[in-house]
Amino acid sequence: MLRFLIRRTLGAALILLLISAFTYFMYFAIPQDPAMLACGKNCTPDALALIHKNLGLDKPVPVQYWDYLSGIFVGRDFGVGHCSAPCFGVSFRNNQMVWSTMMDRLPLTLSLTFGSLIVFLAAGLGAGLLAARFRGTWLDKTFSGASLVTSSFQIYFIGPVVMGLLVFSTGWLDKPKYVPLTDDPFGWFMGLLIPWIIMATIFTANYTRMARSSMIEQLQEEHVRAARAKGMSSRYTFFRYAWRGSLIPIITILGMDIGGLLSGGMVTELTFGLAGMGRLARDSVVGKDLPVLMGVMILSAAFIIVCNIVVDALYAVVDPRVRLS
Amino acid sequence: MTSPIEIEGAETSSALDKEPEPKGAGKKNETVQGRSPGRLMWLRFKRDRTGVVSAWIVLFFFVISAAAPLISKLYGKDPYEFYGQDDPTLLNEFNLPAGPNGGMSPEHWFGIDPNYGRDVFSYLLYGMRTSLYTALLATIGIVIVGVLIGLVSGYFGGKIDYWLGRLTDFMLALPSQLFMVAVMPVVVTVFVAPDEETPVYIRFLAILGVMWLLTWMSLSRLVRAVTLSLREREFVEAAKVAGASPWRIIRKELLPNLITPIIVQGTYLLPSTILSVAFLSFVGVGYQDPTPDWGLMFATGANIYEQDPTYMFFPGIAMVVFFVAFNLLGDSVRDAFDPKTGR
Repeated sequence: MLRFLIRRTLGAALILLLISAFTYFMYFAIPQDPAMLACGKNCTPDALALIHKNLGLDKPVPVQYWDYLSGIFVGRDFGVGHCSAPCFGVSFRNNQMVWSTMMDRLPLTLSLTFGSLIVFLAAGLGAGLLAARFRGTWLDKTFSGASLVTSSFQIYFIGPVVMGLLVFSTGWLDKPKYVPLTDDPFGWFMGLLIPWIIMATIFTANYTRMARSSMIEQLQEEHVRAARAKGMSSRYTFFRYAWRGSLIPIITILGMDIGGLLSGGMVTELTFGLAGMGRLARDSVVGKDLPVLMGVMILSAAFIIVCNIVVDALYAVVDPRVRLS
Repeated sequence: MTSPIEIEGAETSSALDKEPEPKGAGKKNETVQGRSPGRLMWLRFKRDRTGVVSAWIVLFFFVISAAAPLISKLYGKDPYEFYGQDDPTLLNEFNLPAGPNGGMSPEHWFGIDPNYGRDVFSYLLYGMRTSLYTALLATIGIVIVGVLIGLVSGYFGGKIDYWLGRLTDFMLALPSQLFMVAVMPVVVTVFVAPDEETPVYIRFLAILGVMWLLTWMSLSRLVRAVTLSLREREFVEAAKVAGASPWRIIRKELLPNLITPIIVQGTYLLPSTILSVAFLSFVGVGYQDPTPDWGLMFATGANIYEQDPTYMFFPGIAMVVFFVAFNLLGDSVRDAFDPKTGR
């Protein structure tokens, strides 16, 4: 296990390094001076030179990249002030520290991801198990049909429709907004309820199908049949034997989905007008704000990689036959 | 065996495992001939009513969007024309459609859009044309790239396979959505000076390029896996012994055996590519305003749904119908190709 973790962590570090280098040098291919962004409309050559110096843009690009990397570990000094240890630089647009901006935005993205995760896991796995248990009945057909339709929904269409129904015409709920959990747990819950439900609607379908098909497959396995044949109750074999075996594919897509949600809740955030990491990423791309984009990119990639490692470690927990090597 | 993610579909395919029976008495008199796999697939597919109906619906969407200029000519409206400015009664003082239901009328069937008063019906047709055909070309490119990389690494093995495998792993570890969004403006600005207007064809090419570069991985993995097992088969060895060049073996021996998984995977790939193209426009880095685009309609819709909810209605319904049909079609195609997989 330890060897596995060490090896994977080293691999992860390498991938993060490659991603950061790729993004950094790619953005210098844009024939545009980033200092112009920070300088604004009434820009004089002197001011421009000052900004160059403050942001460290007067050095060659590889040196800048090296400064950036070392800044993440030891911090850096900018013209606008000191940037302490996890230093992801200073935004070209508003001179804010990238790390603190990201930490402001992260709670919303985490709330969105894990809140919707609970809803769609419960709904999807529940429906999938029921459909597998009552295979071929009207229940199974209803769930299959429903998941077919909901998987064809898009957040940017169904989101406004549901908002229109629940917020603007009936007024049952307020427009989604983010209140920190620590300030007001109830407000936090009510503010994010609609996004959770919408995201869950779209993700549930996949889990229903997945849980159903892998459960059906597992129930036909030899060891499940043998357990049933030697007289174990059908409930026990269902939950202890088949269920455990069917977790592998579910964990696989769950890992991918969590990584995707943490790095790309862009559509949800834009649809509901919430300001999380996804929106930050979009704005940094549209505004060509390289330091912010770098920060979001590295953090998102780190999330995805961590999810992958956790998924691989979980395989061994769920299925004793899997050896981590 | 083909799709990495099992997808359950409609309940229609229970009878598909049977061999297709010859139809009518006339056929029985003919000499018995082996049917090619393609023919078998076609026969199986034809008997799947859900599949046939959804294929017609998908085809319908592609045809009406290809015929968008013709239809809007007959209909008499242009997607670029600002009807709201020509006729000030169409928009009220907030620049919203003045008529009920988003300005739906015999003149403008699906209403008009806020701010400009463009005709939603013809805009939607043109928008679907942009989205569907961009995605179609992108998918073809992805398939070509994925198949090439998969074939090369599966067939040649060794060092080539190792490094292509590492490249694939790296690409899969990228936050793909984010990366797509991040690469788009770079690709665009490399070709266009900052003070110039970006021509539509540059955006089109940029979208194609970004999709080709960033989404070939799942297909190449699949093709590699199939190639690895095919490579050891006797007919490939026979071809090698007979002195066939690697290119000839790939073309004549391997590719025909890969067609099935490629087509099945392609049918799943196309809808997700359409969504990716729409996603880029929705986020604001894909197609931009005067170009009609399906994804762009949702971006506009998301901004104004509080004031004008009807604007989203038709593009949204069209999208749901299209994707339900496409998902069903994907399942049917898979069932028709390998009847043994599935439920």
